[in-house]
Amino acid sequence: MIVRVNVTVNGEQCQADDVWPGESLLYLLRERLGLPGAKNACEQGECGSCTVYLDGVLVCACLVAAGQAQGRQVRTVEGLADGAELDPVQQAFVETGAVQCGFCTPGLVVAAHDLLNRVDRPTDPEIREALAGNLCRCTGYEKILEAVRLAASRRNPGGRPGEAAEGESR
Amino acid sequence: MNPFEYRRATDVAEAVAAVAERPDAVFLGGGTNLVDHLKLGVTRPGRLVDITRLPLDRVEPLPGGGVRVGANVRNSDLAAEPVIRSRYPVLAQALLSGASGQLRNLATTGGNLLQRTRCVYFQDITTPCNKRMPGSGCAALDGYTRHHAVLGASPQCVAVHPSDMAVALAALDAVVRTHGPAGQRAIPLVEFHRLPGAQPERDTVLDHGELITAVDLPAVPATRRSAYRKVRDRASYAFALVSVAAEVELRDGEISQARIAFGGLAHKPWRAQRAEQVLRGAPATAATFQRAAEAELVGAQPLADNAFKVPLARNTLVSVLTELTELTGATEPTQEDTP
Ligand SMILES: Cc1cc2nc3c(=O)[nH]c(=O)nc-3n(C[C@H](O)[C@H](O)[C@H](O)COP(=O)(O)OP(=O)(O)OC[C@H]3O[C@@H](n4cnc5c(N)ncnc54)[C@H](O)[C@@H]3O)c2cc1C
Ligand code: SF4
Ligand code: FES
Ligand code: FES
Repeated sequence: MIVRVNVTVNGEQCQADDVWPGESLLYLLRERLGLPGAKNACEQGECGSCTVYLDGVLVCACLVAAGQAQGRQVRTVEGLADGAELDPVQQAFVETGAVQCGFCTPGLVVAAHDLLNRVDRPTDPEIREALAGNLCRCTGYEKILEAVRLAASRRNPGGRPGEAAEGESR
Repeated sequence: MNPFEYRRATDVAEAVAAVAERPDAVFLGGGTNLVDHLKLGVTRPGRLVDITRLPLDRVEPLPGGGVRVGANVRNSDLAAEPVIRSRYPVLAQALLSGASGQLRNLATTGGNLLQRTRCVYFQDITTPCNKRMPGSGCAALDGYTRHHAVLGASPQCVAVHPSDMAVALAALDAVVRTHGPAGQRAIPLVEFHRLPGAQPERDTVLDHGELITAVDLPAVPATRRSAYRKVRDRASYAFALVSVAAEVELRDGEISQARIAFGGLAHKPWRAQRAEQVLRGAPATAATFQRAAEAELVGAQPLADNAFKVPLARNTLVSVLTELTELTGATEPTQEDTP
């Protein structure tokens, strides 16, 4: 059984034909829509490398069946930068050296982006808990925490760790 | 992965019929367990009926003060629901202790109840497993049993149920509402999951094609305190070695009501009725809590690698009860994130 899937990715209407509905959303993005940003590592929901937004909500794309994405909105790491200008989270990862092999980075960047949309100045325990579903085998996480703190301080220079973002809903 | 047919259901009756008419058809919720199992080859359905667009995504008040949770309500949304945080903190805490933000955003209430064991031999299709392939044997018995059961196991299967949410629901006396080919049913949560016995392939009492539509939470008096405590190998993002869901009411230093359930110990959320009997009417003291824990765990039968679970369960229960009975105000879920 083969289906057509229409999905909006990073604001663009996309259509994929000949999709087998047992494929994951991750496969659809990487192999059919040419977006290799979300990484394929464990394929079991364990590592978070495949993290994307689905209808504005953070998910593991490897566990979403492609058929379930029909008619929905996806935002991947490729959709975070504004043209040539990196998102503050991406910029902070570069500057703090939070990237070694880079395999975990796209997932972590999207997860950190989501956190900073919900919490302006997260505390360290809040950062740790929010990134608990993203595993990194190289950095030991210290530089990643530093990157998220730096991005938070730039997005909200006045705030203090622990203050909730305005309009936080989930 | 085997080829299969995919259908998106638009109403409950259609979804039930689409699964009931084919023995190899299954419902698809958030997919966080089922999609994983499709890839691993643990299950090979011929048809997937996607139920996530059915209108079962609401949390509604029930007459009499209870709450109805639709089967498609996501774990993250349920944990963030104000009525759950204020009146059922044990449930909010259990939900937030499970999986990761990315997974809780996908996982549904119905799917969480029906997630399958994390026994590694069940997930590894090259090893014998009576749950995956009835009659093939149980690789865990001669294997590594640190994560397996100490209560209610059978010679056919020693797996544990992995859900945190279900443990809280067992303590809350929740009721599972279903819609099946034979009509509708209301099943108390404590009778919903089975012990393995001679049929470990059956995790629950559900029939083929029976859809969970909602979970009902009974009303709780304002004086009741509740909490969930999960002990695991790291601070976050790991399954429970042992967990405790507890609800107590106090009157003049005496425990007037207690509901306790253990996770990580058995093939189902383990409602600790023997412990509850000891607690009811007894003074809220460390000695009482100790006796209650002993009464429940006296029948434990540890395997080669998991004897530690018995004292761990005892100490966790004593510690949770101590904390709950020392508290004065209402309990709020202690949560560090709200994804
Ligand atoms: C890496 C990882 C870590 C995890 N850690 C934890 C943890 O610490 N604690 C914890 O509790 N859980 C944990 N989980 C499990 C997670 O909570 C479950 O996978 C999730 O709750 C399942 O819900 P779902 O909607 O995705 O179910 P699905 O995968 O869609 O379905 C699961 C089963 O339920 C059936 N089903 C689904 N909905 C219905 C319905 N309404 N009626 C009848 N049948 C239905 C499906 O047919 C399938 O058999 C973890 C999962 C992963 C991948
Ligand atoms: S304990 Fe149960 S699930 Fe694990 S291998 Fe044995 S029969 Fe299978
Ligand atoms: S690839 Fe999806 S969580 Fe690891
Ligand atoms: S940088 Fe290599 S896995 Fe994180």
